[in-house]
Amino acid sequence: MAAAETIELHYQVPGDDFTRAGEASADLKARLKALGFPPDAVRKTAIALYEGEINLAIHAGGGAIDVDVTPARIHMVLSDHGPGIADIPLAMSEGYSTAPDEVRSLGFGAGMGLPNMKKYSDEFSIESTVGVGTRIEMAVLVS
Amino acid sequence: MKISELMTILDARLLTPAADLGREVRTACGSDMMSDVLAFVKDQSVLLTGLNNPQVVRTADMMDMICIVFVRGKQPDAGILALAEERGIAVLSSAHTMFTACGLLYAHGLRGGVH
Repeated sequence: MAAAETIELHYQVPGDDFTRAGEASADLKARLKALGFPPDAVRKTAIALYEGEINLAIHAGGGAIDVDVTPARIHMVLSDHGPGIADIPLAMSEGYSTAPDEVRSLGFGAGMGLPNMKKYSDEFSIESTVGVGTRIEMAVLVS
Repeated sequence: MKISELMTILDARLLTPAADLGREVRTACGSDMMSDVLAFVKDQSVLLTGLNNPQVVRTADMMDMICIVFVRGKQPDAGILALAEERGIAVLSSAHTMFTACGLLYAHGLRGGVH
């Protein structure tokens, strides 16, 4: 893609259909691959966004994803109107989860979602208000 | 190890007929927790799991894995198989338990790849 070009993408994650979580990250991954981004940046972006989608579906009743892609940076904003997170440092610690058992039986809810999102993104920030919702910004830098 | 060899070792059935069995699998990961799988990055891997839902394929796809083995004879549904075929991922089913399947592959030289 051209140096000055920005691609903007918007995805809506449904809150009632867990089987569809992952469609946005699969789509973004395919687009980045087609644009010729390095495999490492593509994979980091896909994993971070996939964990985010799972979180939106499990915890927030769905939400929105906005992505800005430039040659140097893949920037993602995930926002929801879910219950919010009371203790962010606790939620960020590996192994801590509030997911119900039914989510664990689906293979998630191990308390690795937020830590993995942070691990695979080069920039990560989270803001949350209980009863209002959560907003997460992540960016993967392309070297 | 080629996918075809892995099939023989695990006495597994191929559920995605179009798969290229000559592709090379270098490392393996066995888990029912997909977030644990996502915490580990390594190319050309096979995922062994007892979990049976579409997120298994999504997880393997995000990790660029090329093969999924459903253990304990689990039979994924048509939707899961279609998603795997679309993503070019070979799907196998083995009657072995997770422990035995992982042990057999380890005994034949496949390793976990986690540093």
